[in-house]
Amino acid sequence: MNIASITQLICFVALSATLVLGALGVVLLPNIVYSAFLLGGVFLSVAGLYLLLNASFVAAAQVLVYVGAVNVLILFAIMLVNKKENLAAIPGLGLRRLLSGAVCGGLFLLLIRVAFTTPWALPGPEAVGEEATIRIGEHLFSDYLLPFELASVLLLMSMIGAIVLARRDVLSSDVITGELVDQGLIEKERTPLLLENSPR
Amino acid sequence: MLTTTAPGLDLEASFEQALQGFGLSPAAAHLLWLPLPMVLVLVAAVVGVLVNVWLERKISAAVQQRIGPEYAGALGVLQPLADGLKLVFKEDIVPARADGLLFTLGPVLVLIPVILSWLVVPFGQHLLISNVGIGIFLWISLSSIQPIGLLMSGYASNNKYSLLGGLRAAAQSISYEIPLALAVLAVVMMSNSLSTVDIVNQQTGAGILSWNIWRQPVGFVIFWICALAECERLPFDLPEAEEELVAGYQTEYSGMKFALFYLGSYINLVLSALLVSVLYLGGWGFPIPVEWLASWLHQPIDAPLVQLITGSVGIVMTVLKAYLLVFLAILLRWTTPRVRIDQLLDLGWKFLLPIALVNLLITAALKLAFPSVFGG
Repeated sequence: MNIASITQLICFVALSATLVLGALGVVLLPNIVYSAFLLGGVFLSVAGLYLLLNASFVAAAQVLVYVGAVNVLILFAIMLVNKKENLAAIPGLGLRRLLSGAVCGGLFLLLIRVAFTTPWALPGPEAVGEEATIRIGEHLFSDYLLPFELASVLLLMSMIGAIVLARRDVLSSDVITGELVDQGLIEKERTPLLLENSPR
Repeated sequence: MLTTTAPGLDLEASFEQALQGFGLSPAAAHLLWLPLPMVLVLVAAVVGVLVNVWLERKISAAVQQRIGPEYAGALGVLQPLADGLKLVFKEDIVPARADGLLFTLGPVLVLIPVILSWLVVPFGQHLLISNVGIGIFLWISLSSIQPIGLLMSGYASNNKYSLLGGLRAAAQSISYEIPLALAVLAVVMMSNSLSTVDIVNQQTGAGILSWNIWRQPVGFVIFWICALAECERLPFDLPEAEEELVAGYQTEYSGMKFALFYLGSYINLVLSALLVSVLYLGGWGFPIPVEWLASWLHQPIDAPLVQLITGSVGIVMTVLKAYLLVFLAILLRWTTPRVRIDQLLDLGWKFLLPIALVNLLITAALKLAFPSVFGG
């Protein structure tokens, strides 16, 4: 065993430990802010595992997308709506926890069994390393073109949906049927900002 | 093609050869080599910050027609050291109702990605810690970790100004990352590589004329504006706007924890300046290619002495270009007013983002039309 493989083993054990403990913390901690920060740690350790597998581009993309965008947005959402309110006690909480714990444990056992019974092709395929960016680009523009474009359309749709939900301008009548909109359904029922006379 | 790969100094190979001469195994020699460049770069980053702080004090004094520090050392050069020592000896306070763990972790999370990003800054053909293939992309992805640290310290301080400052910092940093990445993408497209060494090599054909700033003037301006916004320098220092937010996310911090933020922001400024010089100003390249100079002087380019001089010129040129940009940033800080938060977000999303997209499109078109000039 040489120095490189020992380092790799140590890194793997440390990363896996932070990954598993962090993920458990995300689920089990009562404080939602801690959960969100731990989620960032989990994403980072996944990126570290990608690095160990010699997939540096995927690792950097993981950090950029999941830590830099997804996790920051989750934190934003938590911090902007940080209402201190005591949640009403749910009846039968103990039983619910027991049941969900049993489901999770069963799923875990099932996955362990799958992991041990699957005949993994070892050693796996050779890592592409530095060539990865070129290979990913080739795939995105050939056999994965349709899913890639569909994903972008999906993102565009959700973006437009978010803009529509976030803007408070509301039309007084339905665009399609022409009926008057029930203003009681709108969150600001007293003074809905109508598009016609909104000060723009 | 414009790229010419000079052999250059390879300190790593020579160091390991020397150690193997003493009878060490190649693996052990490599292990002994590994910490050296890291420590060197860490020291360089900290010294860079000290110089930066001194420059900031002196230039701000000159802008406001004062003298600035003058008693600590000649021309006050020891002033930043005195500042640092003061911060070391200050009491390290954690506010009573604050979250102690997150409060401590926040500044650390802000500083570590910045220092890690020095991994890809090249000072010469082989003078960088690691020529990773994803190079500049590593910096972009690492700099996206920073907002988490800022949000963490803003939240943990248990202070409304801190929270607002943290939220502003995160919003600013994620909105300016997009035009920044698009500007970098245009450069990457021209050099066909994410590696910082390849990006510089692509600019070394004809000295100053082949620098990317002539081919990417719009990209250069976008990158510089976004880099200033990412560093929270003055036209964009809203997260710590004194008049509105006391000191933003730093309000509750003192002592070494505050020093970490301070260090982080200045290391980030030097790093951004270095990366601007790598991406747009030819990195370690001399305005006249050293190969031409060597041939005019009838010296072989791979003679040891010539290589030593070339390497030193490379380091000096990189640092010189970076500090010219730092000077520009300091001058901007002391001469421009702060923008409002809505103006900041408008500028980022409605102006810089479309312009960066158009710049990328035009670069792609020019690359197809003139592959010899815009990289084939």
